[in-house]
Amino acid sequence: MSSKYDNVPLSPERRRLLQGLAALPLFGVSKLGFGASLPTAQVNTTGLAITDTEVTVGQLHSATGTMAISETGSIQAEQLAIDQINALGGILGRKIKVIKEDGASDWPTFAEKSRKLLVNDKVATVFGCWTSASRKAVLPIFEKENGLLYYPTFYEGLEQSKNVIYTGQEATQQIIWGLDWAQKEKGAKKFFLVGSDYIWPRTSMKIARKHIENFQKGRVVGEEYYPLGNTNFNSLINKIKVAKPDCIFAAVVGGSNVAFYKQLKAAGITGAKQFLLTLSVTEDEMLGIGGENFAGFYSSMKYFQSLDNENNKVFVESFKKAYGPKAVIGDVTQAAYLGPWLWKAAVEKAGSFDVDKVVAASPGIELKTAPEGYVKVHDNHHLYSKARIAQGQADGTFTVVAESSDLIVPDPFPKGYQ
Amino acid sequence: MNAIKNWLMRGGYGSFVILALILVVVFPLAMDIFRLNLVGKYLTYGFVAIGLVMLWGYGGVLSLGQGVFFGLGGYAMAMFLKLEASDPESTKIQSTPGIPDFMDWNQLTALPLWWEPFKSLPFALFAVVAVPVLLAFVVSFAMFKRRVGGVYFAIITQAVALILTVLIIGQQGYTGGVNGMTDLKTLLGWDIRTDGAKYVLYFVNAGLLLGAILLCRWIQLSKLGTLLLAMRDKEDRVRFSGYDVSMFKVFAFCLAAGLSAIGGAMFTLQVGFMSPSFVGIVPSIEMVIFAAIGGRMSLVGAVYGTLLVNFGKTYFSESFPDLWLFLMAALFIGVVMAFPNGLAGLYESHVKPWLARRRSAGAPATLPVPPAPAGHAAPVKAEPALSARVSGQTA
Amino acid sequence: MSFDEIYNITLMQGFAGLSLFAVLLLMGLGLAIIFGQMGVINMAHGEFMTIGAYTIFLFSSLTESLAPGLVQAYFPFAIVCAFLVAFGIGWLTEWALIRHLYKRPLDTLLATWGLSLGMQQVFRSTFGPKEVSPTLPDWLMGSWSPAEGLDIPINGMFVLALTVVVTGSVLIALYRSRWGLRVRATVSNRAMANATGINTRRTDRLTFAIGCGIAGVAGAAFTTIGSTGPTSGSLYIVDAFLVVTFGGAASLWGTVVSAFGIAQTQSISEFFLSGSMAKVLTLLLIVTILMMRPQGLFAAKVRR
Repeated sequence: MSSKYDNVPLSPERRRLLQGLAALPLFGVSKLGFGASLPTAQVNTTGLAITDTEVTVGQLHSATGTMAISETGSIQAEQLAIDQINALGGILGRKIKVIKEDGASDWPTFAEKSRKLLVNDKVATVFGCWTSASRKAVLPIFEKENGLLYYPTFYEGLEQSKNVIYTGQEATQQIIWGLDWAQKEKGAKKFFLVGSDYIWPRTSMKIARKHIENFQKGRVVGEEYYPLGNTNFNSLINKIKVAKPDCIFAAVVGGSNVAFYKQLKAAGITGAKQFLLTLSVTEDEMLGIGGENFAGFYSSMKYFQSLDNENNKVFVESFKKAYGPKAVIGDVTQAAYLGPWLWKAAVEKAGSFDVDKVVAASPGIELKTAPEGYVKVHDNHHLYSKARIAQGQADGTFTVVAESSDLIVPDPFPKGYQ
Repeated sequence: MNAIKNWLMRGGYGSFVILALILVVVFPLAMDIFRLNLVGKYLTYGFVAIGLVMLWGYGGVLSLGQGVFFGLGGYAMAMFLKLEASDPESTKIQSTPGIPDFMDWNQLTALPLWWEPFKSLPFALFAVVAVPVLLAFVVSFAMFKRRVGGVYFAIITQAVALILTVLIIGQQGYTGGVNGMTDLKTLLGWDIRTDGAKYVLYFVNAGLLLGAILLCRWIQLSKLGTLLLAMRDKEDRVRFSGYDVSMFKVFAFCLAAGLSAIGGAMFTLQVGFMSPSFVGIVPSIEMVIFAAIGGRMSLVGAVYGTLLVNFGKTYFSESFPDLWLFLMAALFIGVVMAFPNGLAGLYESHVKPWLARRRSAGAPATLPVPPAPAGHAAPVKAEPALSARVSGQTA
Repeated sequence: MSFDEIYNITLMQGFAGLSLFAVLLLMGLGLAIIFGQMGVINMAHGEFMTIGAYTIFLFSSLTESLAPGLVQAYFPFAIVCAFLVAFGIGWLTEWALIRHLYKRPLDTLLATWGLSLGMQQVFRSTFGPKEVSPTLPDWLMGSWSPAEGLDIPINGMFVLALTVVVTGSVLIALYRSRWGLRVRATVSNRAMANATGINTRRTDRLTFAIGCGIAGVAGAAFTTIGSTGPTSGSLYIVDAFLVVTFGGAASLWGTVVSAFGIAQTQSISEFFLSGSMAKVLTLLLIVTILMMRPQGLFAAKVRR
């Protein structure tokens, strides 16, 4: 953790600081204080694209194709963080220059572009990927070329790489606390698990089932997977009606997600009558689903836009200033925003841009300015973070109703859940 | 010397030699290994494109499911590599060590029986070609025997592509699902990820592609090629002459499938993974576009088309991230509307006459060669001059 | 489970099958008209559906900001406009693109595919890359509940009714109107139709535009049950193709029967198996039948 955050005074100033240039004069001293004087040869011993004034990083998301719907928020958040860091004088006295690549929702393209970023452009780090499939496609390349990836999405776990910092939750962080809350607060004993048919929902539901059956002594009365892009859920809804679960536990994604909630509502399953907890609806998805279709249902995430703390107020304000008053911020968008800041902190701690040194410096990095409150990097490259449950409202916002009291330890290879 | 020149001219091998020089000499000298590896990846699509030249340009049958065969070939290769990468030592973190990681995630506790043979490289190599060809045979035999063709056949191949995608994604415990098979490392202990290996694979790939072009050219010049053309233009007359038209079409389809499959296997080796995103409709159509842009009648043109579109895609998406889809759309529509015979057609109709004019200006003794009417332009007139037309095609 | 419950579930499941049938038919119809009558594969079909969906979105935002009192009433009007907009763009497409390619039907496929790429990017630049959600009138939401435990989705009934109307109009138009006569004459023998004074070019353009217009209506209707985004069309295009292929492409009745068959197989198997397995089973069944009857269920009886 650099001294920079410790300098940050209380909220009004910090707000201005994060909004960028306005606060610059205040921090001119600290900007020059440390790092700026370090020669490039010293902070960059592995031939990365770094000059005395600039450090090049990559950004690899889908700007086109089906995943652009989800990844746009991450692109915006990372850009915002980078702009803010640059406004504060950059990292080790060097401004961040971004090379944007379009993965086009196509995993082989992700692989091609990541190799381009690492081998050709010699970027110092990459912020990117969204789906597990794209991460799996680029992972061997990052390991081979010794690159560094900040990956923002909540995902299925079962992975830990030296070359990746996971700023989203792994499955247990999102699921277990939420299920316990459902049991305690809502008295849920019978669960119906629904997901899109790919690795993340399947792994999540596997963990959920073990937890429900072995630890909660509850019952799973149904477990269903539908192909990605499926738009017809009427049969499933009838099955849910037959099973009469206390809780529908859902992890449906993409275009299917919208269809799922619209059809639930049309079949008379609304938040007023049925308890539903989902792992896959953030403010971003809400745009497409429509608040009236999700009102009363619950979502389990680590971040919601309506979170009430100083950091978040500043973040939301600057995000809307940059991308318009109608812009919304979902869980992943916030996690993407953490990436550049975590990297900055690690680089400054290491005093070097070298991937190996940044990786070595990463565990233990903490971010007190995180919009979600406070996060810390675990030895396993995931973040300690809180779990939160929020209820969807008819106007498309979320109201946080519960929050874990402690930070939850990331555990990508959970014992007893395999 | 003259004999060689004549041979080159007669068979239209001149352009082939130029392509070979570009692939084997110019590219490796001009590019670093990163770009060369990228070209190698594009060239694997070239296999599909030349298969389409045989199937579509010569056979008159358009398939929108070539991705299926590309994918199957790639998957067969990937299964072997994945098994090799999943030795008990490197997978000891799993609940069941020794099986591919995605099986473990999907609660499989033993290797499925039909995976077992893929432990052997000869079997895998055999399967790379055999499985797709077999599928191509089954699909096309049923269709062509009932004289289903044209646009309808195209949609059926699309349906096959769709179905296979759903199967692969749905059966993730056996196939790796949406993620595909990733993290492939070695081939019989030889690390395929090093720069040296990439060079070797590039040359193997280029060699295979050139070999495939020669094979296809040989078929085109044989009686079989003549029959394919004749069939495309007037199927009934060929049938009335006593030929079993459907079997020729089946042959062309299987040939295209086999070539695509080799491309797929080379793709897996060079890129290091295989994913269902190659099997679907979108990549299949893209591959048709490669052939269309290069020129559906020209084997060499198809390779150039593949390279051009992919360079375009990479360049546009790097330089104009917001506009690149418009540019690609314009390229596709423009080529289809303005140059139905693609780059090769453009060469035939504009560049060649111009060259001939220049030459004849210098030596008025030689007469300018009239451009061959390539493509579907004049199907009726084609028959009497069939053999003449065939040799008029570029390789 | 009591008898009542079984009765209710059976009714609801029956309706689920029917509404899936309506969805499949509505999305396949435009494609079937264009392909069946003109032999053109419109790969941009999904994007024409998206045009319809975005028309609804535009109307809903405009109504909300300009005349909030009319939110309950705009929907039917917007559907008509969705038809007109898609019809108009279809007309232009035919004029600019398709008419040059009638001699090369396979090339229309490539050109329309390029078109679909471009259109997706237009949507993305115009409406943003994220999904949008049009505000629907209250009378389209929720369920009709004639008895305790029996909920019939209103949007499902709406799509079903719309499908009946659209399919009925198309059939009547095709078999009872001058346009239909001209289309059928052109399909059977273009040269003869020309000779009898039918302007086949005009007929083609109208047919293509009507097919696109119906896609627009389908897209508009699907805003009640699915998502609206730049790539939403791709969610439907694949199923639409399957329906048309399976039906035999040449006849509208084929499309109707195939939509019904696929919908029932899928919805019944979905109820007893898991969703993914049901899809696989349905697809395998389709493939097997196509292997035995590659020309589809209702092939045109032509000697070849």
